[in-house]
Amino acid sequence: MSSVIEDHHHEDHHHGPAKGIMRWVFTTNHKDIGTLYLWFSFLMFLLGGSFALVIRAELFQPGLQIVEPEFFNQMTTMHGLIMVFGAVMPAFVGLANWLVPMMIGAPDMALPRMNNYSFWILPFAFTMLASTLLSEAGAPNFGWTFYAPLSTTYAPPSVTFFIFAVHLMGISSIMGSINVIVTILNLRAPGMTLMQMPLFVWTWLITAYLLIAVMPVLAGVVTMMLMDIHFGTAFFSAAGGGDPVLFQHVFWFFGHPEVYIMILPAFGVVSAIIPTFTRKRLFGYASMVYATASIAFLSFIVWAHHMFTVGMPLAGELYFMYATMLIAVPTGVKVFNWVATMWQGAMTFETPMLFAIAFVILFTIGGLSGLMLAIAPADFQYHDTYFVVAHFHYVLVPGSVFSIMAAVYYWLPKWTGNMYDETLGKTHFWLSFVGINITFFPQHFIGLAGMPRRIPDYALQFADYNMISSVGAFLFGFSQLFFMFIVIKCIRGGKPATAQVWEGAHGLEWTVPSPAPYHTFTTPDGIDLKEAHG
Amino acid sequence: MKKAKQMNWLVALSLLLSSSWVQADWAVNMREGVTAISRDVYSLHMIIFWVCVVIGVLVFGVMILSMLMHRKSLGVKPADFHHSTKLEIVWTIIPVVILVVMAIPSTTTLNAMYDAGDADIDIEVRGLQWKWQYTYLNDDPEKEVKFISSLLTPSEEIYNDARKREHYLLDVDNEVVIPINKKIRFLVTSQDVIHAWWVPDFAVKRDAIPGFVHEAWTVVDEPGIYRGQCAELCGKEHGFMPIVVRAVEQAEYDEWLASKQEEAREVFETVGKEWTHDELMEKGEDVYLRVCAVCHQVNGQGLPPAFPTLVGTGLAVGPMQEHVDIVLHGKAGTAMQSFSSQLNAAEIAAVVTYERNAWGNDMGDMIQPSEIHEMMNGGQ
Repeated sequence: MSSVIEDHHHEDHHHGPAKGIMRWVFTTNHKDIGTLYLWFSFLMFLLGGSFALVIRAELFQPGLQIVEPEFFNQMTTMHGLIMVFGAVMPAFVGLANWLVPMMIGAPDMALPRMNNYSFWILPFAFTMLASTLLSEAGAPNFGWTFYAPLSTTYAPPSVTFFIFAVHLMGISSIMGSINVIVTILNLRAPGMTLMQMPLFVWTWLITAYLLIAVMPVLAGVVTMMLMDIHFGTAFFSAAGGGDPVLFQHVFWFFGHPEVYIMILPAFGVVSAIIPTFTRKRLFGYASMVYATASIAFLSFIVWAHHMFTVGMPLAGELYFMYATMLIAVPTGVKVFNWVATMWQGAMTFETPMLFAIAFVILFTIGGLSGLMLAIAPADFQYHDTYFVVAHFHYVLVPGSVFSIMAAVYYWLPKWTGNMYDETLGKTHFWLSFVGINITFFPQHFIGLAGMPRRIPDYALQFADYNMISSVGAFLFGFSQLFFMFIVIKCIRGGKPATAQVWEGAHGLEWTVPSPAPYHTFTTPDGIDLKEAHG
Repeated sequence: MKKAKQMNWLVALSLLLSSSWVQADWAVNMREGVTAISRDVYSLHMIIFWVCVVIGVLVFGVMILSMLMHRKSLGVKPADFHHSTKLEIVWTIIPVVILVVMAIPSTTTLNAMYDAGDADIDIEVRGLQWKWQYTYLNDDPEKEVKFISSLLTPSEEIYNDARKREHYLLDVDNEVVIPINKKIRFLVTSQDVIHAWWVPDFAVKRDAIPGFVHEAWTVVDEPGIYRGQCAELCGKEHGFMPIVVRAVEQAEYDEWLASKQEEAREVFETVGKEWTHDELMEKGEDVYLRVCAVCHQVNGQGLPPAFPTLVGTGLAVGPMQEHVDIVLHGKAGTAMQSFSSQLNAAEIAAVVTYERNAWGNDMGDMIQPSEIHEMMNGGQ
């Protein structure tokens, strides 16, 4: 299994990082690449966030004040694309890079050179996507779901750049996932069984399979668009005998598993953090693994619940309604397990724990509104309103994004060797927590009251909640600059961290010194598998 | 110091929240609506909402209790349990039971929503960028009533130059009129991109998809004016294509329908007569502002490159026939749509004449509605 790797070690055992910028350009070190991914995703998070603030500024009051509807649509589109593909996904890949090898006792990712490529594709992809904002007819303006024919026959010319950028992101994701799978299946410390792996590794293994399964579908659908736009085909054009609804089926066959791609690693993060700060083992490890796998499987067979109003036959509606409701079962198991882990523990509430607890509560709120959306007849009222916006932001922001922040605070001492400033961390948490709820909770109400999503201006009865929502968005947005300050401060110095960092932390990554040396677990000797999962 | 600043923020925010809550006429929940279906949907919504609230209270209750009691600072020692097959089976089965119980009424309601047969009145609803066209289908084509319904809110209100009136963004020039207690079937389709026809009070939302005709239906039991909006992103004016349905007593509906049919007959007759240049210009300006200005702008300058200018260059100062062709048939691959089904011959003749003689365009020519009529019927 590891003869090749061992040879490799003998060569560069004593190498530290190279010097200067070339360290980052040519690096094949999983820690360096993890760092690159995380900074890149943070940059994208700020960029996508600034688009969101343009949207919220325009929606602060009824009437058009700041931007024209055309530019507003470009903002909603770019916000969604950048946040999904540029912020959340790369952040989790960054965490996987840093943590998966250290958690399974591997010296590095299995395919280090490919790891470098899969990161360095991203800056080019997103530069290309963002550059469309400067083009004469503007950036893509058809929503991140880019429904045809708005995104084909009626799209601005920049759609071609968008298609190419999506292809690049897809290649990057597929390479990244292959790497994760190969690493987990081949480079585990000798004797470590799959059921001994930490849940973060499990969730990423399953996520990587989801990515490999659906990214080609996304590539397929954008290629069909490309053919429709430039090569005279009519996949999605009714006038040419095509079918606009086909687009939605193919898109959501990608899109629904994509939703879980953005949340399964978050489950892994939270399942690591809660046991640490409750000083108690994770409740129901095996059922957590099975629940994750069930959610992943179900994610492939529920896609058309995004399309209850397109006029599917009754049988189709019923099937997708039942299948979607079923997802509540394994998701419920997860939430109950986290709560049972907390029960009768000895809890402390450091910043990662605060984010993790907020994750469980707010993700559950998002999950419950998801259950409401699953009820097809009611979805006729919810669909394409702010209720949906509130729902998916609850699972994505205090869900995925909070879990990423929790992960950063949790592992930052291991990465940098310094403790972050706990007071500042907690302040950041409370600002984010309050900001996010002020932003998104009122959107449930305006959605139920009838405000459609993706509109630059709205009827007067929605005015007050929109104003509140905008205030919350600015609070949340600017709090993230504070987050950046805390992280940089921690990198530059702070109280030195011990190897274990947290009193209750278990797992192989806590057995190496802090900061983690440039090369860890170069030989499999002396790995204590009892420490493998908490 | 830091704490104090935080407190100030919180105080400011809570003031903002509480002052808003005092105001009246706020909807924070789904509308119950005015049809049997909408009331079923509303009750489903409320049931699932309360189910979620109960689950939330239980789960969060246990969490909060745990956070209060099981903290290290109280000196507790962590317990050692880490699984319980019995417990895990219980909290798998209970959700399944809840879901099955929810699925039953949902299935019944969905089944009813799909029963669009035996309608008394059929109305074709066609989405266009960015307005709705309604056609009251009739076996006798002479009696068919067809009209475009578009936003009435003036741009001064949208751009904050005038006070926003009641029903801001939710007002249209031509309402859909339907009789109460009759089964109305909507045949929903689209001319260009995907739109969605949504009237919350009926719990009717149907995507309008080019190449498809989908059914939806309603029986309204209270007279009134019901407002909705396009619910699927359809381009730049997506937020500005409202829907207004006026439900009236049968007698009033009959009267309205007869007057619409009479109007249609009059229009038909005007197409036949000889129009003067001034008449065409006057009507043309009216049509232009209503239909064309949204893209080509009031001053004809457009918003290049998506919406080209009509002033001084291009079609409006080129050969008449090409100009008419584009208006009639649209231009493939652009936002310029075919207006032959939206506008009548007189309107097209007028608007073409207007465009060739407005904003300093000085072609001096004109085209008669009768000529357009010939092209529209000959060309098909």
